[in-house]
Amino acid sequence: MNKVVANVEEALEGVQSGMTLMLGGFGLCGIPENSIAQLVKLGVKDLTCISNNAGVDDFGLGLLLQGRQIKKMISSYVGENDEFERQMLSGELEVDLIPQGSLAERCRAGGAGIPAFYTPAGYGTEVAEGKEVKEFNGKPHILESALTADYAIVKAWKGDTEGNLIFKATARNFNPMMAMAGKITIAEVEELVPAGELDPNFVHTPGIFVQRIFQGDKFEKRIEQRTVRTKEG
Amino acid sequence: MALDKVGIAKRIAQELRDGWYVNLGIGIPTLVANYIPDGIEVEFQSENGILGMGPFPFEGEEDADLINAGKQTVTLKKGAVIFDSATSFAMIRGQHVDLTVLGAMEVAQNGDIANWKIPGRMVKGMGGAMDLVASAQNIIVAMMHTNKAGQSKLLKECSLPLTGVGCVTKVVTNLAVMAIKDNKFHLEERAPGVSVEEIQAATEGDLVIPDHVPEMTI
Repeated sequence: MNKVVANVEEALEGVQSGMTLMLGGFGLCGIPENSIAQLVKLGVKDLTCISNNAGVDDFGLGLLLQGRQIKKMISSYVGENDEFERQMLSGELEVDLIPQGSLAERCRAGGAGIPAFYTPAGYGTEVAEGKEVKEFNGKPHILESALTADYAIVKAWKGDTEGNLIFKATARNFNPMMAMAGKITIAEVEELVPAGELDPNFVHTPGIFVQRIFQGDKFEKRIEQRTVRTKEG
Repeated sequence: MALDKVGIAKRIAQELRDGWYVNLGIGIPTLVANYIPDGIEVEFQSENGILGMGPFPFEGEEDADLINAGKQTVTLKKGAVIFDSATSFAMIRGQHVDLTVLGAMEVAQNGDIANWKIPGRMVKGMGGAMDLVASAQNIIVAMMHTNKAGQSKLLKECSLPLTGVGCVTKVVTNLAVMAIKDNKFHLEERAPGVSVEEIQAATEGDLVIPDHVPEMTI
């Protein structure tokens, strides 16, 4: 089943203002940078973006924030983006901050057909406000609902024409769960190979979760906190 | 002399036990990895999807695809493994991680912790902290005893929005090591040259002081 589209323009066809998007990545690691650039070009607005982070001021989702294309962010940590903080504190941007593990599981649940689940994370905090509380094994848990998206946009290292995906190192992060939770899932990959080239034993995301796949033109792969040690002796 | 950040990290490193899986938060906790006691082996879990995280890379060997939860470039130890975020938090929520070390803005004597938000001023988000503190059974907070304005961060009750309730078991600051139990801070050790009176003065919450408070050995 061939899922290949020619380019990023074709991949993002149908994305419209007001839609809910999931975007994979942790910080700037494993983000679909080609698709984000195309979203800027398309100029779609009033987006609800589900993504662990919001990029930095001039890269990643920060580019969509600059153009005021995002109406609401659903994230766990947004500390690296001044424009984000400004828009949030001034009330221009709606923000739903949720615990990182709950975010991951809510995406996974959305893709796995589980409408909601109980978790101890956030009990007794602002996160629990308005949510059902139930005790299990003597410990209070809160009810969290599944998340899905009109489009999930993920980034993988290698993918094949069937949409099977392999991620590299920590660029995996949220990508596999978001791939499961998109009504339409778009995968941009560094290397697109014919079916049969990937070892089926080492595929991370089965192609059934992916509707469109393309090879990205270029990947800048910006490093947020370059940290090194010096060689001793 | 009160400890510096490295001193706090060194003291916390003494809490590590052979065979433990450990999650270190951003800031002072990250430094703990540099001072693992001789003769023990621990594996560091990074919530963005690493078990067996190694040291920072040598210059020129950085890989944009390999970072820790603080978005710093890292390396992998032999035998390391990579996984997605849902699996990572299954390890955390499922109590497979033996020790969690994290920073805080405030800790209360009942074990409540606040470290993610200052209303109207700073909202960075909780990241993985809420999942960690809600499930971990062994939580050490690493922080300075007082804030920049000189006010105690060890309180009767937290004033900032909470990250978790009744979860912190131990606090290591630049002045002291304290256990939290029975709704009180219990002074266990003082930093070299720091008096019990200084610690008492810097602690707003109820502090139980035993007859003899040993000095830390760093």
